[in-house]
Amino acid sequence: MENQKLVLVETLCVHYEIETSFFESLEEIGLIILVRQRDEIYVSEEKVAYLEKVLRLQKELNVNLEGIDVIFNLLEKVESLQSELSVAMQRLNYLNERI
Amino acid sequence: MDFIDYYKTLGLAKNASPDEIKKAYRKLARKYHPDVNPDDKDSERKFKEINEANEVLSNPENRAKYDKYGKDWKHGEEYNRQQQQRRGTQGQGGRSQGSAGQGFSESDFSEYFESMFGGGGSSFRQGGRSVKYKGQDLSAELNLNLRDVYVDFPQVLDVNGNKIRVTIAAGIENGQTIKIPGKGAPGANGGPNGDLYIKINLTSDTEFHRMGNNLHKVVELDLYTAQLGGEMVTDTFDGKVKLKIAPETQNDTKVKLKGKGFPVYKKAGEFGDLILTYSIQLPKNLTEKEKLLFEELKNLR
Repeated sequence: MENQKLVLVETLCVHYEIETSFFESLEEIGLIILVRQRDEIYVSEEKVAYLEKVLRLQKELNVNLEGIDVIFNLLEKVESLQSELSVAMQRLNYLNERI
Repeated sequence: MDFIDYYKTLGLAKNASPDEIKKAYRKLARKYHPDVNPDDKDSERKFKEINEANEVLSNPENRAKYDKYGKDWKHGEEYNRQQQQRRGTQGQGGRSQGSAGQGFSESDFSEYFESMFGGGGSSFRQGGRSVKYKGQDLSAELNLNLRDVYVDFPQVLDVNGNKIRVTIAAGIENGQTIKIPGKGAPGANGGPNGDLYIKINLTSDTEFHRMGNNLHKVVELDLYTAQLGGEMVTDTFDGKVKLKIAPETQNDTKVKLKGKGFPVYKKAGEFGDLILTYSIQLPKNLTEKEKLLFEELKNLR
């Protein structure tokens, strides 16, 4: 955690034209972790892409933050099912070849 | 360049009201949005199509033009006149920021759209994409042979003219995606660069079948060695091994050779197992004498 690159929330607010309170809502709902250092609030640079996804889902699809949380959880599930499926398919292909 | 029926794309009748267009577009956008359909090329294409249709039908000016000239756009004077006008005004903006970040540089609009309306409207996706801070992610696919990834595999990739050195670690899985941070498009206003994602597709032209870290291979065994036992030499992935065949080995017997499988991803020195399955080959084209001897064996049982 110590040496991860941080981005000032203020910078992001200017760039995306959003309020600091938006980040607090994200933190409240557990979508993002805010890092507070000397009166400034930061987020990990790695989370920027994630944040942009949240903003797109909100702006382009009118999904509220709770909905976005649900979407992310479901996507995670889909991803793990897909990788399980791909392993199962490889096995099946192998067995089919041998029959 | 074919005519595109934008009404059909959105599932609407020609006389649809602006409100119906908006509703239909929003419904389809929720279904095909790239953020809710990661790594799904079909959805990505669909999303571009509905955006294009919306771009035309939700704008009264564009819609009127499309309704009037859409079908025979390729012909007529209007086409040429507009085309020239477009060349004059078509800037560099808009387009490059429109993509959802999948693929290298696919256009967001069809040829048909571009010739009729020019490159990329400024209102595309309601401007949502133009506020990017982090640079765009890029994705690529790399086709390799199973042999290539038995050891660490250094590779130089050409991504939009930039040479990027990567080493694909031994033991990578088929379909696995590796992320190369910061090698995507540059960020805006000091924002971080995008990342590069490389999906690895493996093909195998070897007699080995890989399942996770284990390798499987079928070894043909003649009837006599299977019955009486003996020795034989067979190929492992990177060498040879001498096998001791036990007497009365049955067909489909499996033998596990520990540590002769595939390297474990990012665990240097660790290997899976090689699993051999014996396939017993029965003799063909028996001579008269062989037949007699088999008869004799049969009668002994």
